Parts: sequence; C-alpha cells; structure tokens
Amino acid sequence: MASFVFKNAHIVDPVSGLDTVKDIHVTGDVIAGIGDNLSPAGAEEIDLRGAHIVPGLCDMHVHFREPGFEHKEDIRSGAAAAAAGGFTAAACMPNTDPVIDNAAVIAFIFDRAKGLPVDVYPIAAITKGRKGEAIAPMAELREAGAVGFSDDGSPVHNTKILRTALEYGSMFDVPIIQHAEDPYLFSGGAMNESIVSTELGLPAISRLSEDAIVTRDLMFTEYVGGRYHLAHMSTVGAAQAVRSAKSRGLRVTSEVAPHHFSLTDEEVRGYDSNVKMNPPLRRRDDVIAMKEALKDGTADAIATDHAPHAGFEKEVEFVYAPFGIIGLETAVGLSVTELLLENWLTLPQLVEKLSTNPRRILGLPEIRIAEGSKANFSFLDITAQWTVDVQRFQSKSRNSPYHGRTLTGRPLGIFNNGQLVLHR
Amino acid sequence: MSSLSIPHLLGLQNVPKEDINLILDSTDSFLEILERPIKKVPTLQGKTVVNLFFENSTRTRISFELAERRLSADVVNFAASSSSVKKGETLLDTARNIEAMKVDIVVMRHSAAGAGHFLSERCTSRFINAGDGAHEHPTQALLDMCTIRQKHGTLEGLNVCIIGDIAHSRVARSNIYGLLSMGANVAVCGPPSMFPYDLEKLGVRVFTDVDQALQFSDVINVLRIQLERDAGADFPSLREYHNTFGITRRRLEKLGRDITVLHPGPINRGVEIESEVADGPGSVILPQVTNGVAIRMAVLYLIGTRAE
Amino acid sequence: MKILQNIIDEHGFDRMLSRLAHEILERNQGIGNLAIIGIRTRGEFVAQRLAARIKEIEGVGPDLGVLDITLYRDDVRQHLRQPEVRVTDITFDIADKHVILVDDVLFTGRTVRAALNALMDIGRTRSIQLVVLVDRGHRELPIRADFIGKNVTTSRGQEIRVRLREVDDIDAIDLVSIEE
Repeated sequence: MASFVFKNAHIVDPVSGLDTVKDIHVTGDVIAGIGDNLSPAGAEEIDLRGAHIVPGLCDMHVHFREPGFEHKEDIRSGAAAAAAGGFTAAACMPNTDPVIDNAAVIAFIFDRAKGLPVDVYPIAAITKGRKGEAIAPMAELREAGAVGFSDDGSPVHNTKILRTALEYGSMFDVPIIQHAEDPYLFSGGAMNESIVSTELGLPAISRLSEDAIVTRDLMFTEYVGGRYHLAHMSTVGAAQAVRSAKSRGLRVTSEVAPHHFSLTDEEVRGYDSNVKMNPPLRRRDDVIAMKEALKDGTADAIATDHAPHAGFEKEVEFVYAPFGIIGLETAVGLSVTELLLENWLTLPQLVEKLSTNPRRILGLPEIRIAEGSKANFSFLDITAQWTVDVQRFQSKSRNSPYHGRTLTGRPLGIFNNGQLVLHR
Repeated sequence: MSSLSIPHLLGLQNVPKEDINLILDSTDSFLEILERPIKKVPTLQGKTVVNLFFENSTRTRISFELAERRLSADVVNFAASSSSVKKGETLLDTARNIEAMKVDIVVMRHSAAGAGHFLSERCTSRFINAGDGAHEHPTQALLDMCTIRQKHGTLEGLNVCIIGDIAHSRVARSNIYGLLSMGANVAVCGPPSMFPYDLEKLGVRVFTDVDQALQFSDVINVLRIQLERDAGADFPSLREYHNTFGITRRRLEKLGRDITVLHPGPINRGVEIESEVADGPGSVILPQVTNGVAIRMAVLYLIGTRAE
Repeated sequence: MKILQNIIDEHGFDRMLSRLAHEILERNQGIGNLAIIGIRTRGEFVAQRLAARIKEIEGVGPDLGVLDITLYRDDVRQHLRQPEVRVTDITFDIADKHVILVDDVLFTGRTVRAALNALMDIGRTRSIQLVVLVDRGHRELPIRADFIGKNVTTSRGQEIRVRLREVDDIDAIDLVSIEE
C-alpha cells in the first residue's frame, strides 16, 4: 500500500477549520496523521513548501461529451483535464448522446470513470431526451447515482414541466439545475445585447432572457417548494433575484463560471469564436455583480461549464460556431487572479466556492482534512505566475479564450482514491 | 497622403478620415475613365480578383465586376449556390483554397457578420468587404458619401438621416461610421422595434417620426425594407410601414423645400419610397449606381496596388 | 541634395520656351489640328505656357489638355509606388489631332510610354510628338523626343530639378546631386 507524507504545506480547510502549516501522512487513501516533522518509514516525501493543501476541488458543471461526442472530449480526457485543473471531482451534464435519462447511461459513466483519481458524478436530465416535454424517471436516476437534474444546454421552458420537476423532484433532495433562457428572446443570438452587438452587427441575446426566466423560476420555487440551482448565473438581474430569494429563505443556490467574472462582451470584437458561449459574456456591470455575488454568498459555487468543442467545429463564422469554452484548466488561475488578488474573497472563502459548497449542493459526502478521513485534496500554489498555453492542456479540445494570458495561481496536483497526480 | 493606412477594406468603423478622403478624391479620375470610349486602364493587369459571394446579390457583384474588368484585372466569380459550400465545405476550407490559388484580392459578401475578419486573418490576399451580415458594407457607404459630396460640395456639417430597419442594416452602420468620421450630423429614423440596442451611443440622433426626421435633414438615405424577413415580427405590415415611414411626394411637398434622396437599391416601390420620389428631382439614385463603379475602382486600385 | 550646376535660369527659360514654340509651329506648318497635352504634374504648366506662347505667335491658341498617367505606370502595378491619382482633363476630341505631348524631363522613357498608352485608350490621334525641357539620357525604352530644350549629360546619382513659377516661385533648371 503506497504511503506519502506531504511536507510543509499550508493547510486551509474551511470545514475542519484548519489553517496552519503542517505535514500530512497518507497511507493508502486515508489520512494517517497530521503533525510537524513527520517522517514515517516507507513514506515517499513530497515537499510542498510555499504551497497550499485544500479539500479536493469539485467542478459541479462540466460537459464530458461521452457518450456520443468523444471527438470533443471523453470521460478519461475530461477527468485528466479536471486533475490538471486541481479538481478531484466533477459533475457532468446530460447533453450527451444518448442523453443521461436512464440508469444504463449512468452505469456506463460510472464504469468509464472507474479507477480514476477524479470522481465523476453524473447529472441526469430533467426531461426525457432533454426535449422539455415529459419528466424523466427521476427516482430511477437518483437510485442509479445521479447527483442532480438538469436539461442544461436547454432551459426547461414549459411552465407545467418546470412545476412538476420542482414538485416531484423535491422528494429526492437534489437540486433542479436550470439553464435560464427564454427560447423566443434567445433565437439566433450569438452574443450579449449591448452597444458592442450594435456595432458588430451580430444577432444578440438580451439579458432579459436570463433575468425573466430566473425571476419566473424563483416564483415557482417559492410556491411549490423544492430545490432550485441556477447554472452559470451571469447578470445583474439574476443576481438580484437570487439574493432576494435567499433572503426570503428559499432553497436556492447558484454558480458562476470564471469567464463571467473575468471577461466582458468587449472581447467579442475581433469575432473570435473562442469567446462565444451561452450565457454570453456580459457587460462590465454584470462582471462586477458576479464578484459581489460571490462575496456576499448570493453565488454559492464557482463552476466552469467546461464545454469542449473540436477545432474544426469552432473555427467557423462566429454566428455559426457552437457555444462553449473549456475551463477546467484555467479555473484556479482565474479565481486567484480575479477574486483572491483583488480581495473579493479570502482563500478559505475561495475554497468554499470551489469545493465545500459544490459538494454540499450535490449532496456529495463531506470531505475534511482530518486524521482518519479519506484523503481527498488539491495542492495549489497561489503565488505562481504562469502563462496559459492551450497546447499543453490535458483536454482534447483547445477552445479557450485565455491562451497567452498570464495568470497568478496554479494547481500543483491532486490526491484522491489513493492516487497522487503531480504536475511538473 | 496617397496610400491607404489599412491593408483591407473590412468596414468604415475606425477608418481614419484621411483614408476616406483619399478614396473619395481618387474617385474623380475613375469617373473620367467611365466617360471615355475605351473604359479601361491597365492598372490591375495580371492581378486576380475573386468575387466570393455567399449571399445572392446580382447588382453589387456586377458593379464590382465592372470595376475589376475596367482595371484590367482577371476576374473569377464564386457564387455560393454553385459551389461546394452546399456540400459542407467550410469557410476555412474555402480560405485555404483561395490561399493555395494565390488570389490577389478577394471581394466577399457573406451572411455572417465578421466573415471578412475571419478570412482576412487566415489568407494573405487583400480583402474588400462587399457586405457581411448586418455588420458593414463599406463600398456602399463610400459611394453614398461620394454622391452626397457631388451634390452638396461637402459632408462636413451636413444633416443626413438614414431611414429604415437600422438594426439589420449594414448599409446603415457603414454610413453612420463614415459620415460621422467626415463631420456630418447623422440621424436615424424608424420604428423603435428596428433600432439596435443603445443606438444613440453610436453618436446619432434618433427619430421615430419621419416628418421630424425630414425637417432635420438635408439628405435622406432610404433603406430597403426586407420583405423576406421583417413583416409581422418587427413591424405589423408593409402597408403600415408605408403609411408611417414611407417617403412620398406628399410628404416632401409638406416639407416645402428640396431634399436629396438616396437609396441603396433595389427599391420596393410603394413601400419605403414612392415611385415619384425615386424618379423625382431630388433623387440621386442613378448617380449612386454610376458612382458605385467608380468608387469600387478607386478602392480596388488603392487596396490592390498598395505596397506591402 | 546639392546644386551642382544651374542649367537654365529665368531668362534662359523664356527664350527656350519661345524657341520651342517656334520649332513646333515650323515642323507642323502652323497651328491647324494641333493639340498640346501636358503630363501631370509639371508638364501641365509647361504645356500651358507653350500654348500661350503659340497663341501670341499665331493669334489663336491650340487645344490644351492635361493627362494623368498614374493608372498606366508600370511601377504602380509592381507595388513600387502609389502616387496620388488625379483627373485627366481632355475636353476635346483627340481623334485626328496632331498631339504635342509635353513633359519637363525625359529620363528612362517610362513616363512617356505610359502617356502613349493612355492617349491610345482615349482616342486615335493623327500623330504624337514629344516636347521636353531637358533630355538627361539613360533611356530604358526606345523613346525619343521631337523637340528638346536642352541635352544634359547626367549620371545616375544626379537629378535634373525643374522649378516652375506656378508652384515653386521661380523658374530654374538645375543639375543636383542626390547621393549622400
């Protein structure tokens, strides 16, 4: 049984309250001891002076594209990208082919992820085939291991279906995750509606689409009960609605993607499809609102919405390019650069957004850094400056707008399921 | 200055006033050539120009083709329907093919905004945008400005109003950018449902009453209402559009003074403009067409012979 | 740029223009069917003066026009230069005329070659004769002038600088050195 001692790392665990420099001794996949100057026999020593150890990060919104679109990504490459990004867990969305709307596909995903250092948790569809017409067999899916429900990629627009999803779903205490969008207002849009879309002549997606649906959905949640989670929140209006709902005691949570707290729609000048995603990049005001939402708890989690697409799919006219960018391998860097360095969040708060809260929302077992607990951590260097080079990514895809950008904060590796993954 | 500062003509936004002046000033010499018995000069001899038209447009393509042939260039036409685009060839592949065929100049019309940027970043050919989605149509705006300047002597301080579906119009955008650069006072007029977001931030006055817009204007540029697209969703019907925004003889009589009328064509007689106005004394629609060939010759000359 | 030698001064200028005007009239036996066309830019002013001189002599002036040859230049097509293109202004029909083409300096012959092409595209003249103020040699094409103000031997590092009252405040032709 392999044994490691991680020396001199600064441990930050918001759950156990640890915030100290100590050595951690791990045997197999269990934390055997935490102390000073540990040198157990037979343990491989890993010096982490200057680095932090935090509970394993969890990205609750990724697209691993398997089954059906393996040319973009598959579960193994997606998990490798997650590990490279410092994540020990990822929840994958059901817009695969076939859709994750039955137990067999869930079993397939768990099987494909067996033995990996990254835990892969499937999110099942709300409606059969994600068609928005009939509820999927939620009980069967929950039993098979789904950690949440979403039609992501598409909204649940039909109000009757939305109501049923929230009501029926309330039995299971898992979140109903909504991609908030009005298909009539959205139609044909390629970027945020603003002076930029006016100047560029691109068909536009008004923030009304997100704001209106979020507001409507929260009224339903209030009336019907159930747990609502807003995927990839991006606007001032959505944040206000969620803030108000939380203050009224509704069981509402939300997530923000790193691109929505780091880039604005000005990036679209130049028509590079690597800045095309849905919800689109918004205005400066919206970016600041996302940072404020993270700071005051309106946004519970940071989730990348990692959406790989092959080069030939993205390298087309802007209006024809598919929506989505990858994000697993830049999430830590962007979070440190935009949130930690600018004093929006402290490190323990950042760990909550990237680990504690996503796990809690999905009902995953709580992890803590304590003797006797399962060893599940991420190693981070929050001072390292590095330049993003997409060619070195583990993901099969390269559709990131951050290539060439210098970020502060990089993941050094992970330890989970008895496996150490260190990046050099 | 006798050289453009830009290697391609993708649009008029951010194009320096000096470049626009150079194009407009050069146009006179090309107009003179169009008066000759032999309407041809050898300037682009040996150069290959591809007219890459992914969107149907007979009149613009013919105008460009005439300009290219009068400069003695070798011309190749690529019309989307007869091409491999239908079989799924991507724009990127088209770009690679053009590059491999060593084409000097590409004149492109495409339905996607930004298509010109896409190709110009991937090919070494020089690019002239003949219209990309709702984004820009720079040669149209240049010929509009040339025509206005011919009639009024200058663009500086002139009140120009563009009337129609501004949100979907590349002619509107290019005209707005070009006219503002040249010091004109620009306004737009149309139903609010056809204004793009934050329109005033472009630096234009906004009218929803066409009579008020006429009172403001020395010159109006009447845009074509897209029959294929807009009725029902952005405005109720062509009839209502005509009654509310149509430029009719009666409206101009009510105005009580002369006004110059432009239209990019083709005209929907009886919708955005009445026949009598289109054929009337203030109309410069036909000079626009003549100037169109000369402007395109000027642009082809300046872009095509520009030093590396 | 350094002036090496003055070729023609103000007085010499007037005398030269008179002599050229007389030569043109003598060769062509009067003014009938004569058209003077100057090549932009300086050729235009020389042409104007020649036309005025001829009018003084004959009592009636010849047709006068200006030719812009930018679009016919071979160095433009090679992307070597991009001079400003200006308007050709020939308001009369050149068909069946004896055209007197006017330029200030004859050097390689390429400018005149371009002018000949331009004139051919405008119409079919009876004949074309060339008058220049200075022939400085170094021809690269088989072109020769019919009427020459002065022959000046030059080397490649030198230039003939023509200044005209209309644009330069003085009439003078100088041999200058353009080498560093």
